[in-house]
Amino acid sequence: MEWEVVIGLEVHAQLKTKSKIFSGASTQYGAEPNTQACAIDLGFPGVLPVLNKEVVDMAIRLGLGIDAKIAANSVFARKNYFYPDLPKGYQISQFELPIVGVGHLDIMLEDGTPKRIGITRAHLEEDAGKSLHEDFLDSTGIDLNRAGTPLLEIVSEPDMRSAKEAVAYLKVLHSLVRYLGICDGNMQEGSFRCDANVSVRKKGAEKFGTRTETKNLNSFRYIEKAINYEVERQIGVIESGGTITQETRLYNPDKNETRPMRSKEEANDYRYFPDPDLLNLVVTAEQIEKVRKSCLNYHNKNYNVSWKSMA
Amino acid sequence: MSYKTIASIANDLATKKVSSVEITKYYLERIKKFDKDLNSFITVNEDAALSSAKAADALIASGKAHPLTGVPIAQKDIFCTKGIKTSCGSKMLDNFVSPYNASTIDNYNAAGVVMLGKTNMDEFAMGSSNETSFYGPCKNPWDTQTVPGGSSGGSSAAVAADLAPAATGTDTGGSIRQPAAFTGICGLKPTYGRVSRYGMIAFASSLDQGGIFARSAKDTAMLLNVMAGFDEKDSTSVNVEVPDYTANLNDSLKGKKIGLPKEFFNQHLDNSMAAAIQDAIKEFEKLGASVHEISLPHSDLSVPAYYVIAPAECSSNLARFDGVRYGHRCENPKDLVDLYERSRAEGFGEEVKRRIMVGTYALSAGYYDAYYLKAQKVRGLIRDDYKKAFEDVDIIMGPTTPSTAFKIGEKAADPISMYLSDIYTISVNLAGLPGISIPAGFVNNMPIGLQMISPYFKESLLLNFAHQYQTATDWHTKTPEGF
Repeated sequence: MEWEVVIGLEVHAQLKTKSKIFSGASTQYGAEPNTQACAIDLGFPGVLPVLNKEVVDMAIRLGLGIDAKIAANSVFARKNYFYPDLPKGYQISQFELPIVGVGHLDIMLEDGTPKRIGITRAHLEEDAGKSLHEDFLDSTGIDLNRAGTPLLEIVSEPDMRSAKEAVAYLKVLHSLVRYLGICDGNMQEGSFRCDANVSVRKKGAEKFGTRTETKNLNSFRYIEKAINYEVERQIGVIESGGTITQETRLYNPDKNETRPMRSKEEANDYRYFPDPDLLNLVVTAEQIEKVRKSCLNYHNKNYNVSWKSMA
Repeated sequence: MSYKTIASIANDLATKKVSSVEITKYYLERIKKFDKDLNSFITVNEDAALSSAKAADALIASGKAHPLTGVPIAQKDIFCTKGIKTSCGSKMLDNFVSPYNASTIDNYNAAGVVMLGKTNMDEFAMGSSNETSFYGPCKNPWDTQTVPGGSSGGSSAAVAADLAPAATGTDTGGSIRQPAAFTGICGLKPTYGRVSRYGMIAFASSLDQGGIFARSAKDTAMLLNVMAGFDEKDSTSVNVEVPDYTANLNDSLKGKKIGLPKEFFNQHLDNSMAAAIQDAIKEFEKLGASVHEISLPHSDLSVPAYYVIAPAECSSNLARFDGVRYGHRCENPKDLVDLYERSRAEGFGEEVKRRIMVGTYALSAGYYDAYYLKAQKVRGLIRDDYKKAFEDVDIIMGPTTPSTAFKIGEKAADPISMYLSDIYTISVNLAGLPGISIPAGFVNNMPIGLQMISPYFKESLLLNFAHQYQTATDWHTKTPEGF
């Protein structure tokens, strides 16, 4: 039996701003725990978010870089769930109306043929803090320095057909965001991280197979290995008569395997609704033009030329 | 009982008839004497009050004072105050001392206004009677068997009993106007976005608005001059210039058009209330205004829409009270889920839990469209009703409440009947309009309120109408006996 692999990627690119997306606290990496979190990041009573305008220009840059439509009107929504490193009990994100719409990136396959990968959307959101499970005996530490760090989540179409293609796409995107000056691309520090949606189907089948989402992928090498592991696992399950469960899985680089997250961790109804503390995000044609002029040479086609010459 | 107004205190301070320390002590004494029974304050910090009074006196002596420097007022315990407990009427925040001030507290501090203390309120501003407070019910000084209204019941009772010459409140569905009506004082809810919400603990963010309780329209105007204004820390605050709200108090009402929505004089309204409100409206005709019947056709949908939107927002706003960073935490949690469940079960009261449950349900997958989205559509219809009405009239009037203050305990077990006590005020929040309640007479010896609603940012017009009425009548000078 011949199998076709279908991969879509969600990339979280941390935007290179000095301060957080909704507060004035610093985004500098590596500070002592909880020294870069203000009352707003800590979710204190009565505090309110104010959008850092810089992130809007950065999102527009990405939009221009992937030939995407930039929404004149986008909406911040609350994604509600409880977790100790999520101080407000909700994450401010964009849900139904993201700032960046449909676009694409061109990659080059190993044999030198070009391929266009569709991008569904990119939206702005805040990062959560970190739970430190290892450092304390019988308890968990919470570091909220990262809480409120601006992220651009870039969601691709399920257009990739192998782990190698996925990595090729990620490498182009990784260079693009650095080239645009919107993300430092530091994967070790988590500034550029990725979740992979993977499924398999019989060659020629029209319908997609059931997909799994593998999280926590922070190096090109691990991404390739994790996808390949997941593909083999799924084919194995189906060929031995089983079915794939739609679930979220975590990649463990030490064991080179993925395992399902506990169902409790994913059985969430996020109860999205527009955040009443923030106005709709309005982007004017003038603003887009201004950003375009400030980064004329970053345009996708020109850019790909420069990437190819870099490679 | 004789009482002092903000205007008279400001004048006495300016002419050095009295010092801020003296007038502050006067109110602190009255609080000591009367509040054991009334329970209108959660926190009174004498040292802090007297030290800001001293600073105010120094400022007055130096000639650099603001017109309100040295005037003492009370603050609702929903506004964060640096270094002084901010409980929001909840066990959850019984131990919470804010490291920052609400922006409106900063505004009052900058003007040299002295804070006497923090007033009692329904827990997280959820209630219409002050009975859901963790600190126990506050009583109505007109009849201590009855409620002072809510959620800003402590503020209204304190001003009515002259334990403070004025106080702040917040109004999400009527929480300033309804208690003002129940206690015979003025209560102003400004336009949504007129007063900063930063540091004002959120109940329902798209509806909450800070405002003022005072004796008179003039006092209210003087305080609004300080409290109102754009705040870059609140994205929903609106950058509209703050006029001098005292400037138009004496404008003539000749030729002004008053709209009476027929839906406000319906089966919910007591007959004697209706008659008293009609009497009040006759006064405005004497003052030269004309009266027109209008319709707000979607009024009957305002309470149901509100009780979807407000709980939905509160279910999310109150998620931060999780026992992790501040506030109540249960003893010896065995794991994370236990920490969440017990901290919140112990820290929140029954009404707050009810609304969190309702709101969580309304936002859940499969119900969002049927409840939350539909309620938002209704909200749009209500806004349009008002917009259309204001094409024909300058101001809208009606009763603030369907009845006078009810007995403590009377509605506590019946949430729907409690919710209906805000039937005339809720649509104003849904539309984001400014509204005021002013004393307009008595029914069975209990005060009643006349509600006036104006177009966006026309607080000056509301205060002009209120002041003209108070020049022609003396309902606002009546005080309860025994204080």
